[in-house]
Amino acid sequence: MGDTKRSAGRGSRLLGNRAVLVSTTSTILFFIAVAVVVALAPGSDIVGERFLNWVHLKQSLLGTATAPSVAEAFLLNVRMFMIAEAIILVLALVIALVRGVPGPVFFPFRAVAVVYTDIFRGVPLILVLYMIGFGVPGLGLGYVSTRSDITYGIIALVLVYSAYVAEVYRAGIDSVHQSQTAAARSLGLSRWQSMRFVVLPQAVRRVIPPLLNDFIGLQKDTALVSVLGSIEAARAAQIYGAEQFNYSAYVVAALLFVLVTIPLARFTDHLIARDRRRREAGGAAPGALGTAAGAPHDVPGTIG
Amino acid sequence: MPRKLVAVLAALLVLAVACGEASDDSAGESGAQGGCELSDPPTLEGGTLTVATDRPAYPPWFEGSPKDYSGFEGDLAAAIAERMDLDIKWVVEPFNKSYAPGAKNYDFDINQISITPERAQAVDFSDGYFNNNQGFLAAEGSDIGGATSLGDLEGAQLGAQVGTTSLAFINERIQPESDPKVFDTTNDVKSALESGQIDALVTDVVTTVYLRDFEIKGTEVIGQYPTEEPFGMVFEKESPLVDCVNQVLEELKGDGTLDGLQEKWLQDYLGVPELSD
Amino acid sequence: MTEMAHALRVQNLSKSFNDNSVLRGISLDVATHEVVCLIGASGSGKSTLLRCINLLEPVNAGRIWLGDEEITRAGIDEDRVRQRIGIVFQAFNLFPHMTVLRNITLGPREALGLSRSEADERARGLLERFGLSEKSDDYPDRLSGGQQQRVAIVRALAMDPELILLDEVTSALDPELIAEVLNLIRELAGRGMTMVIATHEMSFARDIADRVCFLDEGVIAEAGPPDQIFTAPSHPRTQRFLQRIIAAGRM
Repeated sequence: MGDTKRSAGRGSRLLGNRAVLVSTTSTILFFIAVAVVVALAPGSDIVGERFLNWVHLKQSLLGTATAPSVAEAFLLNVRMFMIAEAIILVLALVIALVRGVPGPVFFPFRAVAVVYTDIFRGVPLILVLYMIGFGVPGLGLGYVSTRSDITYGIIALVLVYSAYVAEVYRAGIDSVHQSQTAAARSLGLSRWQSMRFVVLPQAVRRVIPPLLNDFIGLQKDTALVSVLGSIEAARAAQIYGAEQFNYSAYVVAALLFVLVTIPLARFTDHLIARDRRRREAGGAAPGALGTAAGAPHDVPGTIG
Repeated sequence: MPRKLVAVLAALLVLAVACGEASDDSAGESGAQGGCELSDPPTLEGGTLTVATDRPAYPPWFEGSPKDYSGFEGDLAAAIAERMDLDIKWVVEPFNKSYAPGAKNYDFDINQISITPERAQAVDFSDGYFNNNQGFLAAEGSDIGGATSLGDLEGAQLGAQVGTTSLAFINERIQPESDPKVFDTTNDVKSALESGQIDALVTDVVTTVYLRDFEIKGTEVIGQYPTEEPFGMVFEKESPLVDCVNQVLEELKGDGTLDGLQEKWLQDYLGVPELSD
Repeated sequence: MTEMAHALRVQNLSKSFNDNSVLRGISLDVATHEVVCLIGASGSGKSTLLRCINLLEPVNAGRIWLGDEEITRAGIDEDRVRQRIGIVFQAFNLFPHMTVLRNITLGPREALGLSRSEADERARGLLERFGLSEKSDDYPDRLSGGQQQRVAIVRALAMDPELILLDEVTSALDPELIAEVLNLIRELAGRGMTMVIATHEMSFARDIADRVCFLDEGVIAEAGPPDQIFTAPSHPRTQRFLQRIIAAGRM
């Protein structure tokens, strides 16, 4: 691309650059081609009518006399998601920490944490929902069996997602180099103090992307709680669709779900960018030889 | 480089248009309506009547093995097949999909599906074969056990299957104080009633009686309420077979076979007090 | 019965990792205010020795006293012992998610229970003394290697330890940054800090040590004043080691 050098000096650097012009044009042409293919496809009219009908998009969003409003039902998803997320962040951390507690005395606790994680990562959420949402009330255990189906739904979500998030935390904790713990313990900080002030803050920052992944999954899985009876956004869309035979309601529900994930995604991007520069410091500064956080001949060992 | 790009895009466009043209041909087939030859019915599979229903299929609508149902609807479908001199083959279709628009991979669906104007826009129905009423099933000794009108049910937590006329009935006619709970299947509504998550289950009255007698202990049928929506068999929109089936249905009504089936299978399930408004 | 003049006493220390025997019966006494330099090839056990003294590694045999207290006895509060011993590593190991100031005040506040203002005051005082004041609100990644290592030393000092262990603290630094760190150590020695220093910097060791110990394959092959060790070593292994150092131009 020798041309780029020649045109670099003239006019706007961006538009004068032939490579950029070619790539932009070809990208636009590609999407035009896709649009043409879709438009010419048989059934495209009816797909547009069935899924992107403006009247139905509006009506399902706001609700009719007989079909619940998808927007209002979505508030239920949001409520479930926020309550569940708060609990999961804490419970998963407890599980991850329990798994790492050393010493024979704590073996039963570690074992329970391992079994818990294995079970609730293994069983599909829908089954957990059925077992808790239909099973627990069916046991007739007084208070425990007479909670609302939303409560059971949240419990199921918390049980399953805490198992996933606990493993994410564990990975984060493991990724903090052992020399950080060594430095902290060397100051005379206890195991818990080292974990709390030195390891966990670094561990959590490192696992923000996978944590976000799991929470977006959680946001969407709130739709499954509808099997227990309450009308959340996906169910509201289904009811509208069953009544009107127009599935624009599903598009509305989908858009609402996406809209909620976008701020969360951007916020975590911001967190990651802000922390990026601090992630590798501590030993890899200008003028330093060797690796970031570990001396080449650091002898490996254990800290009690 | 740009020349190659244009060539590729042009090729894509040509492909797209060609595909579009080719599949237009197959759309022209199923236009014919009316005038169905009973001696040579246009079934999916020559010589066989493919009939769909849900799984599980509840008595008394369906009894026996899924290869060869009896029961009210089972026997009715079998009778229709026999009169048209066809073998019968059963397939499974979830209730929620039966009245949705689109091509069907069966000749008709029979599954306590009420004929409603909205559904009739998406699918074709046969003539009605049973006049359905809404039924209400509650736990024995519950607060609403003594209800004699729809108004008495306003304070209760009701439950129904999604997409059913029962759900619409709750929302339009009863308008209860708390939103009804909506479930994917009748089975789930049943579980919810059993576990006390709902006060009463609403579905067709025959099924409520069956549930009371055979499936859920300690329940009572509070009452029934008539609707203007009889059950019909569901066909793909503009299916040429509807006419034939209606002709046969006419026969079955005329010679007392349909009445006989109703007597045999449903008599025990209809003696339920009616609720007032 | 040991007198308080001994800041540290190591008696017959042995340590192996699996089948690999790294320390084979090390004995060492360090008097208060004394500066002891450990020299020897990589793998001779210098780092391991320091990590054992600091109780970061459990010992297989032998005993260690810190002042009057035997720190290898069963039931010892290891955290408390580590508060009394400062250690600085080759890889600085500053906490990257904390400012320089917070790195230094963490130990005093959480382990020693100082209040925030007390800890800050102590930290700022130390930073000022060693010329690092303007870095106090920076994060470690903005400091040069030499600055980071000096902060690491200050961090250890902030705990007001009885004894400081330095494990090859200049080995990971670019040559032009080594001097500032060595100067800081020199100053500490001048102020009477008891130190055990593992180092490759022979001139520095010669300069600052009260005593030099040559470690070879897990034992102290030779020990004595720096003049003796560097100019007239008696042990053949010491001689060979020093010849190699001189040949490499590092002395």
